[in-house]
Amino acid sequence: MTRVFRAPDKASVSGKAIISEISKLGVDSIPLVVIISLFIGAVIAIQMTINIVSPLIPSYSTGLATREILLLEFSSTMMCLILAGKVGSNIASEIGTMRVTEQIDAMDIMGINSANFIVLPKIIGFVAFVPVLCVLSMFVGLVGGWAVARFTTMLTVENYIYGIQSFFNEWYVWYGIIKTVVFAYIIASVAAFYGYYVKGGSLEVGKASTNAVVASSILILLADVILTKLLLQ
Amino acid sequence: MIEAKHVSKYFDGSQVLYDINAVFETGKTNLIIGQSGSGKTVFMKCLIGLMRPEEGQILYDGRLLRSMNAQQQKELRMEIGMLFQGSALFDNETVLGNVMFPLKMFSPLSHAEQLERAHFCIQRVGLTNADSKYPSEISGGMQKRVAIARAIALNPKYLFCDEPNSGLDPRTSIMIDELLSDITHEYGMTTIINTHDMNSVLGIGEHIIFINRGHCDWTGNDRDIFRSDSQSLNDFVFASKLFREVKRFLQVEYENGKEVGGIPLEKV
Repeated sequence: MTRVFRAPDKASVSGKAIISEISKLGVDSIPLVVIISLFIGAVIAIQMTINIVSPLIPSYSTGLATREILLLEFSSTMMCLILAGKVGSNIASEIGTMRVTEQIDAMDIMGINSANFIVLPKIIGFVAFVPVLCVLSMFVGLVGGWAVARFTTMLTVENYIYGIQSFFNEWYVWYGIIKTVVFAYIIASVAAFYGYYVKGGSLEVGKASTNAVVASSILILLADVILTKLLLQ
Repeated sequence: MIEAKHVSKYFDGSQVLYDINAVFETGKTNLIIGQSGSGKTVFMKCLIGLMRPEEGQILYDGRLLRSMNAQQQKELRMEIGMLFQGSALFDNETVLGNVMFPLKMFSPLSHAEQLERAHFCIQRVGLTNADSKYPSEISGGMQKRVAIARAIALNPKYLFCDEPNSGLDPRTSIMIDELLSDITHEYGMTTIINTHDMNSVLGIGEHIIFINRGHCDWTGNDRDIFRSDSQSLNDFVFASKLFREVKRFLQVEYENGKEVGGIPLEKV
């Protein structure tokens, strides 16, 4: 870990690598985030409409509940669990392949701090871009709920819009972003660790990739409990 | 010149290298030969500094590797080029990107000068029209050439090659051997090649050390091999029928003090 967080051998090269990782790990995840958030937002709105059937509960509750679920848990925790599968396995298998094909040894022999050169741009790139994914997920999830209101007769658009604007607590957005940043660090660093220390061949790279996803998912859930207690109490 | 003095290496308590002494001379192709599992790769990793021997010393032109601090080791590594068995090219870089990589990281040259140097190295290893291709798009022989071009990009003083001919056909192997030999003489490098390819041994073996079960059993050159009475070396080198025939052909045989066959080595 100390080798990872040292000053880069050549800042300009590492800077370009960070931009490349933002594109590869962050921007390339946008379609996945959009598709999942849109459908889950719609499903949450449908579930809320079906299950909150009481004359005592106001009709705008569907929008309010959809917003709260998206902001508090889905767009941070659930989205990062999904990204752990995509990004975590990508990082672990890429670095693991570099290890078994001696590309990392080649860098070490050249005198390059390979841990720093390979891992740091991935951590910085992913952590820097993940708040964008989080906010995007929140927005698209709300659009999914709106689509249910617009294209079905389950609830009205006016009630839904009123619901998502009611009792809005700005801190919940920051809470989601803070959690996402921590989870992104967990995903990138755990996956990089498993990939960097792979020994053997392609089978071991596959195992490392699986182990990285499992370990980072468990750590995300653990961190979620701790952060929720710390940030919302 | 690289010297290994009394190098011993252990893994989990079992010894894999036993008190190895060797001198690898500047401007020569130095070969480390031995069977698979004999310890030659471990010995090469100790020489490079990827592994630390429990006993003994490695000296680069008199500079003791073990006593170097991090900065000195980094500076030494910039003087080292390495050709890996599997080429170890960076998958996400093109041929030009791979050769440019060490230049971008360490060279004080401008971008235009780096490009010029990279093109020179690519041309030197005989590659044409491959600059924009990725490693997965070129043959194994071409990958080795790119790896050699990358290894010589920074004008290294020391060149290490781990089984450079592995997986190549005999014709391409000879081309790679000749290329390594040529650049060694051209740039006056200390080249160390780890191999068990007998064509390489006979073709470019200016200085050879034979490692057998972790021991340095024999040293000499490509001609001395035919005269060696080391049983372990003969078992290794002349394992194939072809090389037994070559040895028989090259050795002068005598019967009752009279020459009856073969060609004296001095005349070859």
